[in-house]
Amino acid sequence: MSDIAPASGALVGASDLPSTAADLHHQFEEIEQQRDAGNMGMWVFLATEVLFFGGLFTTYTVYRSLYFAGFEVGSHLLERPFGAAMTFILLGSSFTMALSIHAIRMGRRKLLCALLLLTIILGAIFLGIKFTEYAEKWHEHLVPGLNFHPTVDQLRGAPGDAVDLFLCFYFFMTGLHALHMIVGIGLLSVMAIRAWNRSLSQANYQQLEVSGLYWHFVDIIWIFLFPLLYLIGGPR
Amino acid sequence: MAEPLVPVRTYTMVFVALLALAALTTGLAYVDLGPFNTVAALAIAAAKMLLVALFFMHVWYKPGLTRIVILAAFFWLSLLVSMTLIDVFTRNWTPQPTGWLPGS
Repeated sequence: MSDIAPASGALVGASDLPSTAADLHHQFEEIEQQRDAGNMGMWVFLATEVLFFGGLFTTYTVYRSLYFAGFEVGSHLLERPFGAAMTFILLGSSFTMALSIHAIRMGRRKLLCALLLLTIILGAIFLGIKFTEYAEKWHEHLVPGLNFHPTVDQLRGAPGDAVDLFLCFYFFMTGLHALHMIVGIGLLSVMAIRAWNRSLSQANYQQLEVSGLYWHFVDIIWIFLFPLLYLIGGPR
Repeated sequence: MAEPLVPVRTYTMVFVALLALAALTTGLAYVDLGPFNTVAALAIAAAKMLLVALFFMHVWYKPGLTRIVILAAFFWLSLLVSMTLIDVFTRNWTPQPTGWLPGS
């Protein structure tokens, strides 16, 4: 890994971000130690999130094996182009998020703000498509519990209860994921404001890094939701 | 210990790989591979997860402690999944006991 420059705190170069370790909390000896501790805390939180979503993925596996035909038909009711578009958009937002870490370490404040704003916009477009899809399901009368009246065409011989169950998983898993996206957009908005008013420093980019970890984690959840919900029904 | 600065080129290469994998998994869904549709989709998802975690989330450059936390998360997840599936898929392997009936 010779192409990676070693960095001790601040990097050389023109910086318009503070590079001092002014925001070191008293229980830590140095800024790196503080950052490692914060990172560690975020990873432990993400471990609990793995189990939180893991419960849903496990239940999905069980019911998919029990009601296989219903789940295939249910999967075919979802619009793959929507799912694929959302996947590309979310991957793009993860890319801009990763670049923002590079920007803050180079001390490029305006680039950092632009990248964070772009990440937020991509996240918002993702949610926009998601809610368009929800609205479409409402018009097709495919919302379990509230408005579920599938036609014979939509069911294609599968038991209505099983398709209902699949759509419950669809709404619950994507809904929980969307909730995480909204929290992530909130976090990144705070980061963008703090970057703009120079509250984030070049040496102490821990808050931004930790918010980024959360954002990438939410991306990983979607990476699994997309094939499980939209794709694995096979060709239509 | 200060972390190495990951170059933009690494991020870009990972992003291109992620886009390619996303296109591949979408394309494969239109080809009938039988049960391998599911296997391929999950394998590609796992590859994408590895790319995001290793490079975007910097696990590649992290100390061992972070990796232990991640391995612990997957260990507990595997307990959750395996114990649940063992329960569900082994039900009714043995006949239900009918009870002891006097005189039968």
